[in-house]
Amino acid sequence: MSVLLEVKNLRTNFYIDAGVAHAVNGVEFTIDREKTLGVVGESGCGKSVTALSIMRLIRPPGKIETGEILFHKDGSVIDLNKLEPMGHEMRSIRGNEIAMIFQEPMTSLNPVYTIGTQIMESIILHQRLSRNDARDKAVEMLESVGIPSPEMRIKEYPHQLSGGMRQRAMIAMAISCNPSLLIADEPTTALDVTIQAQVLNLMNQLRTEFRAAIMFITHDLGVIAHMVNDVVVMYLGRIVEKASVDDIFYNPKHPYTKGLMASIPSLTTTKEKRLIPIKGVVPEIMQVGQGCGFESRCPEKMEICARTTPPLVEVAPGHFAACWHHVKEGRA
Amino acid sequence: MTEESWLLEVRNMKKYFPVRKGIFKNVVGHIKAVDDVNLYIKEGETLGLVGESGCGKTTLGRSILQLGGRPTAGDVLFRSKRLADSGQAYKEINIASASRNLLKSLRQDIQIIFQDPYSSLDPRMKVASIIGEPLYVHGVAKGSEVEDRVRYLLESVGLNPVHMGRFPHQFSGGQRQRIGIARAIALEPQLIIADEPVSSLDVSIRAQVVNLLQDLQARLGLTYLFIAHDLSLIKYISDRIAVMYLGKVVEMADAKELFLNPKHPYTEALMSAVPVPDPRYEIKQILLSGDVPSPLNPPSGCYFHTRCPYSKDICKRELPQYRDIGGGHFVACHYADSLSLNGVRMN
Repeated sequence: MSVLLEVKNLRTNFYIDAGVAHAVNGVEFTIDREKTLGVVGESGCGKSVTALSIMRLIRPPGKIETGEILFHKDGSVIDLNKLEPMGHEMRSIRGNEIAMIFQEPMTSLNPVYTIGTQIMESIILHQRLSRNDARDKAVEMLESVGIPSPEMRIKEYPHQLSGGMRQRAMIAMAISCNPSLLIADEPTTALDVTIQAQVLNLMNQLRTEFRAAIMFITHDLGVIAHMVNDVVVMYLGRIVEKASVDDIFYNPKHPYTKGLMASIPSLTTTKEKRLIPIKGVVPEIMQVGQGCGFESRCPEKMEICARTTPPLVEVAPGHFAACWHHVKEGRA
Repeated sequence: MTEESWLLEVRNMKKYFPVRKGIFKNVVGHIKAVDDVNLYIKEGETLGLVGESGCGKTTLGRSILQLGGRPTAGDVLFRSKRLADSGQAYKEINIASASRNLLKSLRQDIQIIFQDPYSSLDPRMKVASIIGEPLYVHGVAKGSEVEDRVRYLLESVGLNPVHMGRFPHQFSGGQRQRIGIARAIALEPQLIIADEPVSSLDVSIRAQVVNLLQDLQARLGLTYLFIAHDLSLIKYISDRIAVMYLGKVVEMADAKELFLNPKHPYTEALMSAVPVPDPRYEIKQILLSGDVPSPLNPPSGCYFHTRCPYSKDICKRELPQYRDIGGGHFVACHYADSLSLNGVRMN
């Protein structure tokens, strides 16, 4: 399987009045072509900042400190982190090769332009089609995401569409240039469960049809279980566990992953076990010391955990965890 | 309905909001937020109320307490222990037609926990005043008693009483929700309406608050109306469940019965749409087409017929009756007896 995107040692900081927030702190992962990678974590764990870093959309006070974002394209490798964020080359990749779907379709669509205009904009820009051809393409895209009577809909404004429809329009816009990577940042969090099912189903269809890889960011473990091949679990800007979706659910290694699994109720158990919560709260990112970020909440903590951050080691083939309990058995 | 010891019964409740337009603000229609709802809550149980956004579940909860005015029609019967005449176990009161004074007094018996712990706590009040206020207002405690009681309440919800002098912004989301819970149990109510109490919290914090609610229920003998959109959570916490769609309760049954043996096509579709956190679980999704229709102009006949995969002619014409099909399993579907619907496959 050929590699599409490699992220190496990515560090993104935010310089705010209170100090430096290490929002993304040494994140590494790869996405293969036509595969789906899930990024799970709670609010503030750095999953969205990771996505925005890949898109080179980090604005001050944020800054990508170090790291490589290697994008493989037609046999050559481009380090996105070396490109000028608003330069020609990055702009030809953003929206064209790598597209993004945001969480709240109401705020990420421009309210004063019609849906059609907004979809056509990227088609005209990236594919250099005429306005008429772009309009036809926009209608075709809206049709492929299951929006009824697309000829009418392209003339409508975002507020005239329902939440599910808006998210479909966002997806149509994102896939209109046939990207090889689609970054979906909590694409269904704002939607109702029956509408979420429609949108997820659509994304799965489009993935096979358009052969795009998807980076799927969410906090919903249920969505992760059915949408992705591999999972990255993030906590306080770091990857704490990385494995196939089956291993994450059936053989979690990191205490945080295990804790998350035990703390959610399941729809499919007949016997109700009491939920086991993770104690405490996520610490302020500014106050994280040198040790493992999860140390203050971890039921299995040891003395070393407060002193040094555990490295991400391979505990089983293709299964990585950053926990001192696994450092000895794994290899760094 | 059986003459069991229900605590609250809602009968044919309607809550309509007028829609006004034009310079004369003429009423051009009504949003039927709650449209002829029947349900009951037994003492000591948790009734889960589930449905998608805009289905009227929050309005129903608020209308029981008359937050936002009296219901447009219907009765809300409540059996208050506190107001019982001597020798009686309870006094039955129709909240929907209660006087202002009685209503105020009844708020001792019925309390609410709101969804958003950021907007439901006054940012200029200290925690001690937030939790102590209901005690003052209802004359339950005075002077230093209030402080002792607040201390005790904070401890019961797992907060450090030392922090009673702090303001809400000094607490995290989960802690604020605990403050909201402490305020709700301050008057020792019989019934608590919990309106999406954990949906604004982080995943790892939710279980803490859910467990707290369950512990308090066991300890204080509370009854909950638990409103949520998360079916897994509803299944976990509820004894019985009512499913709402477009202002109506379409099905109400025992929690386990509902999940194993749903009788309304909407319940079936809703359950099949929940992503199960298990990659080996094979989902058999029933994808509903389209969106929820507007409650301003609901469809004819059965409100669900526009999206129902089993819809027939009669569904477009006639509103199905909400009826007990046995064992306290209520459903509003013409074909409840003949359809064989799939529940959740349990492991």
